[in-house]
Amino acid sequence: MVGKKVKLRIIFLSTFLILLILSLFLILKSLEDEIVYFITPTEIKDLTELDKKKIRVGGMVKEGSIKANSENINFIITDFKNEITVSFTGAIPNLFAEGKGVVAEGVLRDRNYLISKKILAKHDENYIPPEVKEALENK
Amino acid sequence: MLKNIEPSKIYSITSKAPKYVFYIFLIILSIGLLEALILSPKDYIQSHSVRIMYVHVPSAWLSLGIFSVIGILSIIILIFKNKNLSLITKSLAPSGFVFSIIALVTGSIWGKPTWGSWWAWDPRIVSMLILGLFYLMYLISWRIFENKSYASNVTSIIAIFGMINLPIIKYSVVWWNTLHQPASVNLLSGSSIHHSMLVPLAIMTAAFALFSILIFLMKYNTELIKIKNKGLNRL
Repeated sequence: MVGKKVKLRIIFLSTFLILLILSLFLILKSLEDEIVYFITPTEIKDLTELDKKKIRVGGMVKEGSIKANSENINFIITDFKNEITVSFTGAIPNLFAEGKGVVAEGVLRDRNYLISKKILAKHDENYIPPEVKEALENK
Repeated sequence: MLKNIEPSKIYSITSKAPKYVFYIFLIILSIGLLEALILSPKDYIQSHSVRIMYVHVPSAWLSLGIFSVIGILSIIILIFKNKNLSLITKSLAPSGFVFSIIALVTGSIWGKPTWGSWWAWDPRIVSMLILGLFYLMYLISWRIFENKSYASNVTSIIAIFGMINLPIIKYSVVWWNTLHQPASVNLLSGSSIHHSMLVPLAIMTAAFALFSILIFLMKYNTELIKIKNKGLNRL
């Protein structure tokens, strides 16, 4: 029913696909550190050495941690295991708020302190109308 | 399989379809836009910029969906040397390409007010850009190669390469830390979008899908006419 040539083409294509997936998997696996958009405060604690390279740290803005003065804004990024203090100068995105996700780009002074000139607000996958959100909170 | 179907017979059906598809598309699109822009509520945190979702998400879904179809058909084309199917994949690609561009552009417009940046080298965004480039390569190679069976082979291989990128787009937000938020709609575990926002999303997806079908039919008819004009009664 299935010709010999067709059979050969099926084997060829399957081998080709397996090879492609395997090689891609290896490439992505070895580049994992480069692919991630940000690292977490816990991963910073585990860093063996600090350099002056720009990094991005992501997590939640800790409740009650935003303190603004005339020059900069300080806040704490937490992943609920570890924390890092961020000192930021620049424009704040609209969705930046306590208890919300954030990614800060900057240079580490030490494992607990990041000096940042750029922050991005991260938002979650929930989409809720304001009235419903209010009703949920009052429950 | 499908090898002995006469183009003129297919054409007698597909030449009439675009008109009807176009009217249904217009109706669904107007309902969708009314829902998305006026009737649906704003988001509790993003406010009105959430409305970009109703264009962004359907475009992204469709560009991925269309590429999956092209990829799977390409495997069949390569194995069975089926030229009828390569007319279908060739005609599907343009609308998929347009939707991948729309997803990238609207994502950028959405990123500025929410994240605070037009562009980020985020795994989800970059893999989506790669999809757009695959579409571009696919479409261009149909034009480059004069020999039809050679073009059919090359484009099929490009589509199979590009198909490997699809799971990376889908799972990038799960595998890596990304700026892009994880999926809101899951077929198995429901959705984290409130139903009042899910309705316009579904209607807009249907409208965009109809648009893809419309463009596909128009393109497919053109291909059939080309074959007819060459005086061939079959492929």
